[in-house]
Amino acid sequence: MATSVTGGTAKAVFQAPSWLRASSTSIGGSTAIVLLFLPPALFLFTLFVALPMGEAAWYSFYNWNGYGAPTDFVGWRNFELLFANRAFRIALTNNLLIIVVSLAIQLPLALGMAILLADRVRGTATFRLIFFLPYILAEIAAGLIWRFVYDGEYGLFAKLLGLFGADPIHILAEPDIAIYAIMVVVIWKYFGFHMMLYIAGLQQIDRSLYEAAHIDGATGWQIFRRITVPLLGSTIRLSVFFAILGSIQLFDLIMPLTKGGPSDSTQTMVTYLYTYGVTRTRIGFGSAVGVVLFLICVVFAFGYKRVLMRHD
Amino acid sequence: MSYKKLMLAAACAITASCSGMTAALADVTVRMMHVEQNPQVTGFWNDIARRYEASHPGVKVDVQYLENEAYKKKLTTLLQSSDRPNIIYSWAGGVLRDQVKAGVIEDLTPVMDAPWKARFVPAAVQAYTVNDKIYGVPMHTAQVGFFYNKDLFAKAGIDASSIKTWDDLLGAVKKLQAAGITPIITGGADKWPVHFYWSHLAIRIGGKDAFEAALRGEGKGFADTTFIKAGEVFKQLVDLKPFQAGFLGATYPQSAGQFGDGKGAMMLMLNGLLNTMKANSADKVGIPDDKLGWFPFPTVAGGKGDPSDTLGGLNGWLVTKGSPKEAADFLKFFSEAENQRQAAERGFYIPVVIGTQDAIKNPILRQIAENVSKSKYHQLYYDQMLGPSVGAVVNDISADLAAGRMKPTEAAEAVQQAWELAQ
Repeated sequence: MATSVTGGTAKAVFQAPSWLRASSTSIGGSTAIVLLFLPPALFLFTLFVALPMGEAAWYSFYNWNGYGAPTDFVGWRNFELLFANRAFRIALTNNLLIIVVSLAIQLPLALGMAILLADRVRGTATFRLIFFLPYILAEIAAGLIWRFVYDGEYGLFAKLLGLFGADPIHILAEPDIAIYAIMVVVIWKYFGFHMMLYIAGLQQIDRSLYEAAHIDGATGWQIFRRITVPLLGSTIRLSVFFAILGSIQLFDLIMPLTKGGPSDSTQTMVTYLYTYGVTRTRIGFGSAVGVVLFLICVVFAFGYKRVLMRHD
Repeated sequence: MSYKKLMLAAACAITASCSGMTAALADVTVRMMHVEQNPQVTGFWNDIARRYEASHPGVKVDVQYLENEAYKKKLTTLLQSSDRPNIIYSWAGGVLRDQVKAGVIEDLTPVMDAPWKARFVPAAVQAYTVNDKIYGVPMHTAQVGFFYNKDLFAKAGIDASSIKTWDDLLGAVKKLQAAGITPIITGGADKWPVHFYWSHLAIRIGGKDAFEAALRGEGKGFADTTFIKAGEVFKQLVDLKPFQAGFLGATYPQSAGQFGDGKGAMMLMLNGLLNTMKANSADKVGIPDDKLGWFPFPTVAGGKGDPSDTLGGLNGWLVTKGSPKEAADFLKFFSEAENQRQAAERGFYIPVVIGTQDAIKNPILRQIAENVSKSKYHQLYYDQMLGPSVGAVVNDISADLAAGRMKPTEAAEAVQQAWELAQ
């Protein structure tokens, strides 16, 4: 930095191509900065990120209930138990289902809403706010609200069914239905977030492209296919990334709704970790779940970034 | 002389001030943590604490409350921190064994000298004995049985005293259904209320011997015939669809409220239901005492268990490692017959201090107290007895059996598998 103040180097900076500029002039300065700023960051990262992860990986090889230090080494047994467990397989399936529903229903819905609301016309701000509201709401609060909606005695659905003379259903107590009821809440809760992402993306697209397309006589579908989707590509890839990662980590919406029940039918990997690892004080086993969850997230995140988001 | 006197006076002054100072330094706070929600009970405990403080200057007793589930989840961490409470609430059983093994609980054997120990029903002290050492001060006991709504039974034409066997119970369920009444209320979302069926059936079918043989790992352990049969007999009931609509989504407090509101005729629960039912019913009154009946868990034809065998709890207090000696001393005061007699009189719980039970006025509590004292085999709830990881599996399979999503053999095998893993 200091060198660039002198005339000669400043001139050189102006003349050198950008890739050369970075390497030739600022290497000395940036090393000093790195040496100055890296240790605290590295220390905090080690203390709060790397160390706990290492600890979890270590605990996952022990049969340990959380008291004292782990001593009962069991090797891979926690992992073997995990993959043999019925509830964990349900959790994995549910996570996959939620990902599919997010991608197939939530994101198209969000995109549709975004296209309707992207233009700065009177009233769109109000609608944007309405659709975005569920996202602002705390997960626990949202879960409790929907618990009331689904309640078989007093809930909205029970009342509606009552109007048609049908027997009320205790939706969250039905092992075959509960997970779909939760998916409705997931879509309701998070589509607003993706809608906002898309609106931001849509507003970056040059209006003149649309005008030109109109003049050339393109249909709405053609405009959508040829202009909107390609130019929104990076936003869509980002939104898919968030949707999948969020689906894998779904937890705090499910706890107030069903706690993973009935009969484990609504477990996800994280509720499974909490129920089978934490509340049963099987810390070693819970760590094994955590390790598996971490690996899935890391492989997905890096794979996705490398393959689909490499140009973004 | 005068010099000596002066020195003496000075010495006196110093020692006096010193002793004064030590008194000031000796100010100790005993922190006691519990899960009791009933404000009357906690008010009563606070009152005991204030009286103790009055007679023991320099000691402060701080009674803290943490919600039941939160308490159980936090306790492991709490016990290992330097900030742990001195006295903690306990359900005995497997959790206690784990805590003792971890070395976080004070051995009370030396302080529970003969007069103190002799206050309690021997079985209660036994529940808090691990490896021949006493680790806890028992407080109250409970028994699981069927509470019933007398009005609804009358409407369906059922005489509760005639329900002696499992078949009688199934008959009563059918009669209630014929009369358009929901036969049984239960809290399936919390799972443990349902486990009472499976474990009580195992007690009726196999008795004490079967359970102890399973603990020793004899035969097929928990995958043996007793526990498979318990599931099969439970299934006879489940197949009748006796529970309220949506019972799998109902928590214990919710279901207790439904029972209090008269939405079902029976509820299998421990005697704590008396308090919970009132607190959670719509009118906060629930079923009045004279409309509420109780009968013990029915027998099973050909079962080896004695009809007087009981399933229930034995709750008490533990002193954590490194606590001041005042903690145990306060518990000694707490468990004095005069204090516990009041709890019995006011119907809070059934104390395990000898000579207090005749003060119980509530007829149901009185009957339960009598049952437990006569019982030759009082089995601690399976989910507590078997420790947190195995106990949770017992609760899981019970709920799955009630939901009709598991076969009795699978259920028994799942418990055995969990038991083997925990060893």
